[in-house]
Amino acid sequence: MATRVGMEVSIAAAEAVKQANVDVIAAYPITPQTHIVEHLSEVVNNGELDAEFIPVESEHSAMSVCTGSSAAGARSFTCTSSQGLALMSEIVYITSSLRLPILMLLANRSLSGPLSIWNDHTDVMSIRDCGWIQVFVENGQEVYDHVFIGYRVAEDRNVLLPFMVNLDGFVLTHVIEPIEFLDQEIVDRYLPPYQPKYSLHPDHPVTMGAFATPALYTETKKAQTESLTEAMPYVLKAWQEFGDMTGRYYHPVETYKTEGAKVVLVTQGSLSETATLAIDSLQGAGEPVGLVKIRLWRPFPFEEFKEAVAGADLVVVMDRAISYGGPGGPLASEIRSALYAQEKRPRIVNFIAGIAGRDVAPEDFVHMIQQAQERPGEWYELYGVRE
Amino acid sequence: MDKNLDRLNVYASRLISQKEYFVPGHRACQGCAEALALRLVAKALGRNNVIASATGCMEIVSSPLPLTSWNVPWIHVAFENAAAVASGIEAGLKVLMRKGRIPPKRINVMAMAGDGGTSDIGLQALSGAMERGHDFIYVCFDNEAYMNTGIQRSSSTPFGASTTTSPAGSVVPGQTTWKKNMPEIAVAHNIPYVATACSSYPFDLMEKVKKAAAIEGPAYIHILSVCPTGWRLPPQMAIHAGRLAVETGMFPLYEVEQGRYHLNIDLSELRPIEEYLKIQGRFRHLTPEMIEQIQQRVGEEYEKLKKKVRMTNEGQE
Ligand SMILES: Cc1ncc(C[n+]2csc(CCOP(=O)(O)OP(=O)(O)O)c2C)c(N)n1
Ligand code: SF4
Repeated sequence: MATRVGMEVSIAAAEAVKQANVDVIAAYPITPQTHIVEHLSEVVNNGELDAEFIPVESEHSAMSVCTGSSAAGARSFTCTSSQGLALMSEIVYITSSLRLPILMLLANRSLSGPLSIWNDHTDVMSIRDCGWIQVFVENGQEVYDHVFIGYRVAEDRNVLLPFMVNLDGFVLTHVIEPIEFLDQEIVDRYLPPYQPKYSLHPDHPVTMGAFATPALYTETKKAQTESLTEAMPYVLKAWQEFGDMTGRYYHPVETYKTEGAKVVLVTQGSLSETATLAIDSLQGAGEPVGLVKIRLWRPFPFEEFKEAVAGADLVVVMDRAISYGGPGGPLASEIRSALYAQEKRPRIVNFIAGIAGRDVAPEDFVHMIQQAQERPGEWYELYGVRE
Repeated sequence: MDKNLDRLNVYASRLISQKEYFVPGHRACQGCAEALALRLVAKALGRNNVIASATGCMEIVSSPLPLTSWNVPWIHVAFENAAAVASGIEAGLKVLMRKGRIPPKRINVMAMAGDGGTSDIGLQALSGAMERGHDFIYVCFDNEAYMNTGIQRSSSTPFGASTTTSPAGSVVPGQTTWKKNMPEIAVAHNIPYVATACSSYPFDLMEKVKKAAAIEGPAYIHILSVCPTGWRLPPQMAIHAGRLAVETGMFPLYEVEQGRYHLNIDLSELRPIEEYLKIQGRFRHLTPEMIEQIQQRVGEEYEKLKKKVRMTNEGQE
């Protein structure tokens, strides 16, 4: 029987890594990811998990070690935040081109400068096009579940791509939540040991990471982008099977009270839970407002998204990152291009809010929606800036 | 067939395996002694070997998609992380064997990089891997500059050498710093085995590689790899240049086993360094004063090394 335990989300995440029977862990401490690695080293040093824990000298090496271990056929794990992600980013792009099913938990934190340890999505958005499967989660249970789901998808012979789970720093990593644990035998059934298609072993020599001249580079990139787009059905399948097993079903785009909604708010990550409170209060006041949450960021669920906002006249997108000198936030850019070809296109307004841990309360969402309704045109704004 | 060549063939094939793991057809320049060194290293390690390569000449000449020069498993990820990738391979194979998912077997893991990938951009990853004590061999192929990108200076470029980023100008006469002592940096990590080698001494080189493979824990081998293109030297002079580097004391061949130094070629008298410098275009501009400065430094360094040999072997004879 599944057991429900109150636990810090970081500890639950590490426990999931243990239950996933990971072979190699390589990570470097950075706030707010630290509790995850600390607990993992404890789990390994206490003999609860038979794995190699490599206390690397940098995040660049963390991703490089995982690249080597995954290429050798070992289930490999790392987690980081912000500057750590920026430092390892060179290798993050290479792992996807090598088609290595590494799992990374990214405890989202803002990128320097100024230095800030607090939560937003500027780190992940800096590597948006790295070729990994990327999901956003809302709460501790979703973090725990996506460790298994992540490996299940990544290691699928039809996918073979690295998988990144975005969880908001502090807001999720440092809070205690009730987590429903899966029995080990259920995990083992859902996630059998990784069987690599190719691996580095003298019995079957392979060359990995050859360079491409212009005559072949484009072809390799076409194959890579297709591999990510074509991963979609396998992500859906893994979610479906997980749901059938646990009753917890996940979807690329999730909606909250969107039926008949003329105004739709779009969010990602843990602020989605706060946003539901705003929706409740607006609907209570008779406003036709609903919420759409983007769970799957890559591959981007264009069709599901269009369907979710089909009835809306106004789409209010909340971004937690800035594209300096650009059109606002990266999520809004995506959504504008997703809806561009629609015959009847809703008006799109973009707020950038909750940067570096700045609190966003339910009233703020209400305020954003009201502002968007009142002020015509399509525009973006950094919300709540002190003048 | 030439009578002597035939005899050499019979003779050499008895001493070393004819099997190649870094195979012909790669695209290295004519006379490249780095490719020769790599071939000898791969031969010495044999079949049960997995290689993690840094970006650089040897990576580029051996792996143009869809071709490969490698008969052993080989991976290239980036420029500065060969030691970290090798750490991961070593850890991965070890844990998979321990968990019974692949059969137990002695597999050597090797990381390879040029002097830039080792003493400059890859130094941190290398230091981390040596400090953590992974069971692997790190081989630095030192051609004394960033050759792959067009002969730019590295911290391993010798004093005075003209490169494309330390050109012999009218005011600054080439490289103004002394060659970083990378083998000593490896020794400072207290690893079980450190050695220098040169492809002009193939048997010595292969012996060292085999020794490194037999040892548990990190081993570091620093190979002087003559690069005719970058050193501005006729290709047929590459082997000769390597010999002169050793015989002049510019690049002594030694080993450090469990902290004990051993000079493999102990010369009672060093040849004048001018013999080594004058055959290379990169040193053409040196003044007699600079040559004298280098000569003095080489003498001092050689004495320092001999002192270490004496000190670490005291009472051990
Ligand atoms: C992060 C990064 N910086 C720079 C480069 C460009 N680059 C590729 S190889 C190379 C020089 C390699 O020099 P070395 O390690 O000495 O090897 P060699 O080519 O001389 O054998 C450089 C600068 C790169 N690939 N990656
Ligand atoms: S540039 Fe030098 S090291 Fe590179 S392949 Fe040519 S000869 Fe060899």
